[in-house]
Amino acid sequence: MNRLRAWFLAPTWTVMATLFLAPLAIILSYSFLTRGAYGGLSSPWTPDSYQRLVDPIYLGILWRSFWIAGLSTVICLLLGFPLALFISRSGPRKNLYLSLVILPFWTSFLIRTYAWMFLLRDTGLVNTFLQKIGIIHSPLSLLYNDGAVILGLVYGYLPFMVLPLYATLERLDQNLLEAAADLGAKPWVALTRVILPLCEPGIRAGTILVFIPCLGAYLTPDLLGGGKSVMIGNLIQNQFTTARDWPFGSAVSLTLMAIVMLLLMSLARRDAEDLL
Amino acid sequence: MERVLELRGVSKHYPSHHAVNGVSLNLAHGEFFSLLGPSGCGKTTTLRMIAGFEQPTAGQILLNGADITYCKPYERNVSTVFQNYALFPHLTVQQNVEFGLRRRSGNHYAQRAMEALDLVQLAGKQSRRPSEISGGERQRVALARSLVLAPDVLLLDEPLSALDPNLRKQVRAELKAIQRRVGITFLFVTHDQEEALSLSDRLGVMSAGELQQVGTPEEIYLRPRTRFVAGFLGGVNWIDGVGVRPEATRIAKEPPGERPARPATVVQSTFLGNCIHVEARLPNEQPVLAEVSRLGEGFRAGDPVYVWWEPADELVFQ
Amino acid sequence: MTVKRASPALAVYALCAYAFLHLPLLILAVFSFNQSRFTVWQGFSFNWYAAALKDAQLLESTANSLIIAVVATVISTVFGTLCAYGLWKRNSRPLATSLYLNLVTPEIVTGISLLAFYQWLFRFLRVQLGMHTVILAHVAFSIAYVVIVVMARLRTVDARLEEAALDLGANEWQAFRFVTLPAILPGVIAAALLAFTVSFDDYVITSLVAGVNSETLPMVIYAIARRGVNPVVNAISALIFVGFGCLILISQRLQST
Repeated sequence: MNRLRAWFLAPTWTVMATLFLAPLAIILSYSFLTRGAYGGLSSPWTPDSYQRLVDPIYLGILWRSFWIAGLSTVICLLLGFPLALFISRSGPRKNLYLSLVILPFWTSFLIRTYAWMFLLRDTGLVNTFLQKIGIIHSPLSLLYNDGAVILGLVYGYLPFMVLPLYATLERLDQNLLEAAADLGAKPWVALTRVILPLCEPGIRAGTILVFIPCLGAYLTPDLLGGGKSVMIGNLIQNQFTTARDWPFGSAVSLTLMAIVMLLLMSLARRDAEDLL
Repeated sequence: MERVLELRGVSKHYPSHHAVNGVSLNLAHGEFFSLLGPSGCGKTTTLRMIAGFEQPTAGQILLNGADITYCKPYERNVSTVFQNYALFPHLTVQQNVEFGLRRRSGNHYAQRAMEALDLVQLAGKQSRRPSEISGGERQRVALARSLVLAPDVLLLDEPLSALDPNLRKQVRAELKAIQRRVGITFLFVTHDQEEALSLSDRLGVMSAGELQQVGTPEEIYLRPRTRFVAGFLGGVNWIDGVGVRPEATRIAKEPPGERPARPATVVQSTFLGNCIHVEARLPNEQPVLAEVSRLGEGFRAGDPVYVWWEPADELVFQ
Repeated sequence: MTVKRASPALAVYALCAYAFLHLPLLILAVFSFNQSRFTVWQGFSFNWYAAALKDAQLLESTANSLIIAVVATVISTVFGTLCAYGLWKRNSRPLATSLYLNLVTPEIVTGISLLAFYQWLFRFLRVQLGMHTVILAHVAFSIAYVVIVVMARLRTVDARLEEAALDLGANEWQAFRFVTLPAILPGVIAAALLAFTVSFDDYVITSLVAGVNSETLPMVIYAIARRGVNPVVNAISALIFVGFGCLILISQRLQST
């Protein structure tokens, strides 16, 4: 069996090694080089790029990324938990309701982000509607700010929060709730004292699945934030295209990776790797 | 009868414990042999080593004289009926039975499969899926699937434990009848001593990885070699270092006369339908259980009684 | 064991939540039929669909996206299924960790690292960025998804079944081919559909490693969207929505068999 198994794992190993690990190794080395005169790379080897990160501008971007990702995650949790609860209690139609959550997620992230551009722009639906019913008289600037980015991120990643929460709620032993009721707990108490604590694994998983992609988001801040809401992802992309400062871009990328790994190590349990 | 299966000092040692320790046994051709023991005693591990799913850490396994210790499962002419039957869910009953045949060259798959299904009385259900038939029927499909390959030894891993209790006796009888008919050597693993006693030509009792005794049902029950074997096969009263079975323990309100009898006091009398269990206590506080016919005298708690037995019924250990 | 029923308040909330999730897309779709390009309804029309289907750039980029997605899907599904099977038999910590890392790495980082890798590689090979670089990149990020889906399916398979197959005379490859593979086939197909949608929809990585002549549909949509709102995008969105939606519904049905 071992030979067969080796053959089965080899193709994926090859792909991982050449198209994932090797590229990471390359940008790791690039992060220690210097920017050449015309973009590109040159010696000397230096940790300058990392030191540049400490600049207030970049720290500000880092900070913004964190609080946008954090707020988005919290909102996803607040919006997602009741929804997951509903689905788990919807009896025979569970699969239908679950599908309704998953469905939008799988239809093009780009388009779902564009949908909010369509709705929030100055001549978009929201402004037109509000003006029509007289609440406002000139368009609100709903787009191209942090709020729009958060909205877009929440919209994009809500299913990632709902699914693990639902999975945990599904596995909840109903006997526990009956026992709680039997012992005199009112519904709200049962919710906060029994259900929520038992959902901790689901909350953990959902937080990881939302926070980390939000932290490294690129498309959403790009389209919904214009140039006004720069997150780490935008910074990286910028360095590899317009600014052509590959060493610095690499350094930022690796810093982001390091942050992600740190978060995973602290948030994820051992059995999170059961994913695979 | 020549030996069809031989185990010589087979062991399976793990870093933490010995699952199987130096098991040696011989199976004669055509016999129904049971491996009996509590869960964790190593009987299933032994079975899996014979089947080829595990490798012994020591010892040899010989099939008809040939060493198969390190052969792959598909290189041995041994077939297994799994505890949960392991029927392929995506294949029909007939396709399941044909599976092994199709791995070999030759033809007449369908015909031979149908013969096997006839043997287990499942003709007519060959187009059903495993999910569409009952537990008992699935077991018969598993049996047919293995038997159709005419293995030298058929291994059965607690095949009756997944069945309803009231179904078990019936299936037991059918299993014995099939074995007699096809004449293939059966190695049957179970923790149920009644099954082992009723089905086997010979049986082996295992505990903590070791084979404690091998013999016919009478030998094992009436002349157990160790306290463990005695206790596992049935109840035992231990009185002054001697063991006596409850059904051999006589109890009466009057002493028997010809035999030395012990005085005792009845603690409780339980009506079990076909017999009565009388629990009594000897003067030294030792408990005694006697199984008496319900047609004899009745006993009540507190009654003074006498307890004795035939010397021939004593269990003596070497 | 009776399951608690949702309270009316919870149901109302759920309704609002579903509205939030689905209305934006529905509105987008509705306005794709709007005669005018403004957000004031001016009559039903298919003209934006006509415009979309006549646009050469759109058609070419869609064709590119389809080719890339199909090729990448086939490769990543085969590789990923074999990998999941191998890991199911016995885990490989390094490989599982690499795949996990792959999943959690932000797309932008994967993208730029691949770009750096290709540029470095092109110093030795006389190749350029193009369809092939995109396909390879898509394979690289799709495999992990395939592995997850197939693994999930494998966990429902009784390990004893392969033992039974071996016991009945099949060798290891035959046991996989005749017993395990049929059992996981719905999962494999679901994984393929997932890989396809992930590949077809990708913008970030593709935009970085695509060559001049290998524009994909997301790249074109992005360019249009960047310039502002355009009902053609609405039309394309509706078409994609329907297309992807069908794929995912099929995938869901398959995963529940």
